[in-house]
Amino acid sequence: MAQSLDRLRETPSQTAGPYVHIGLTPNFCGIDGVYAGDLGATMINDKTRGERVELRIRVLDGTGTPLKDALVEIWQADADGLYNSPAELRGAADPNFPGWGRQPTDMVSGICMFHTIKPGRVPCRDGRLMSPHITLWIVARGINLGLHTRLYFSDEEKANAEDPILARIEHRVRVPTLIAERQGNTYVFDVHLQGDKETVFFDS
Amino acid sequence: MPADGATNRAPETGAFFQRDRTWHPPALTPGYKSSVLRSPQKALLSFDNTLSEITGPVFGHAMLGELDDDLIHNFARPGESAIGERIIVHGRVLDERGQGVPGVLVEFWQANAGGRYRHKRDGYLAPLDPNFGGCGRTITGADGGYAFRTIKPGPYPWPNGPNDWRPSHIHFSVFGHGFAQRLITQMYFEGDPLIWHCPIVRGIPDKAAIETLIAALDMQATIPFDARAYKFDIVLRGRRSSMFENRPEGN
Repeated sequence: MAQSLDRLRETPSQTAGPYVHIGLTPNFCGIDGVYAGDLGATMINDKTRGERVELRIRVLDGTGTPLKDALVEIWQADADGLYNSPAELRGAADPNFPGWGRQPTDMVSGICMFHTIKPGRVPCRDGRLMSPHITLWIVARGINLGLHTRLYFSDEEKANAEDPILARIEHRVRVPTLIAERQGNTYVFDVHLQGDKETVFFDS
Repeated sequence: MPADGATNRAPETGAFFQRDRTWHPPALTPGYKSSVLRSPQKALLSFDNTLSEITGPVFGHAMLGELDDDLIHNFARPGESAIGERIIVHGRVLDERGQGVPGVLVEFWQANAGGRYRHKRDGYLAPLDPNFGGCGRTITGADGGYAFRTIKPGPYPWPNGPNDWRPSHIHFSVFGHGFAQRLITQMYFEGDPLIWHCPIVRGIPDKAAIETLIAALDMQATIPFDARAYKFDIVLRGRRSSMFENRPEGN
């Protein structure tokens, strides 16, 4: 017998269930008066630096039906490519931009909207620049472990072409599943959980 | 969202241990019917953490209201309280190295004592409790510890099989120090026979993994003539040491 590694094991995930709003967006589902507002609902203020954009996101199941009980969180860098996190050692991020947001999908349309700014580029460990992107984390009834993916931008063709993560996708036909389409100041992004257009999800 | 002094420890910037996806429930668990059309079927794209996964939001204590960690009272009318078995749930948020994870947001939500959720989509005939909302949150202390006060939720039926009942449970949402540690799970109660019937629980392949979701009755933390206690520790992904790695930002 060798020595024990003395490590614990990660707590197993369980689905967020259909009533995830009670805990994470209580005001959205009519439980008001407990928290002043829903956490992550507002990401920008008048002083936030950067280009204002909207993200119009849907999550679709294997039949193409939008999920009306999903919850999406996003995490992104500021306009200069800095994260508002203690683990960011390259400089101080914009103090008027938390970088994190949370929205439920609408109970009728299945659309969730984020009002944010377009992020700057962030380097990989080897110094190569990644293309501007937003990390998505998706939970819902029927999803046993939160799904991790990224939203890239259709008007960043050159940067997308040299992005080290996109470059790892063997089946190039799947790359467009990670690219949101620009329509004015809105980026439209459909996440397909399964099927021909299945979005690339990450294990990282 | 600056850190607010929960710890003076220098921030860690190593990548996280890889996730053991044989320990977690797989995406497709057909006994849990909703997973059938909501599970990706193609392989996940693997890569070592970048800054986008290593960093994550931090929430300061200033966001917390006085009753955020007291579900017995945070929705109740003045002078009243929720109906049900009064309990305290406490534990620590640790990482896989066994270290406490300080200063992280823990959110929880649950049904009332009769198994009814305060949500317009819940049509179960058990009544709402006018003094119970069902949500709470707290931030871990310097050792990763957390605690909240609530009532024990009841089991409830759900449309899966013709006669499926969820065991009593509390949903937990936990942030770590990096977004890759983000986790949602459910806590169950020691001795509940429904645990071993539940298709959501049984999506987890390993019995030992399921047992880590079962909170233990903790008589030593019980407050006599007030509330019983359950202990529930949560383990997040550990971080690799960065001592022999390239400097994270290159050059």
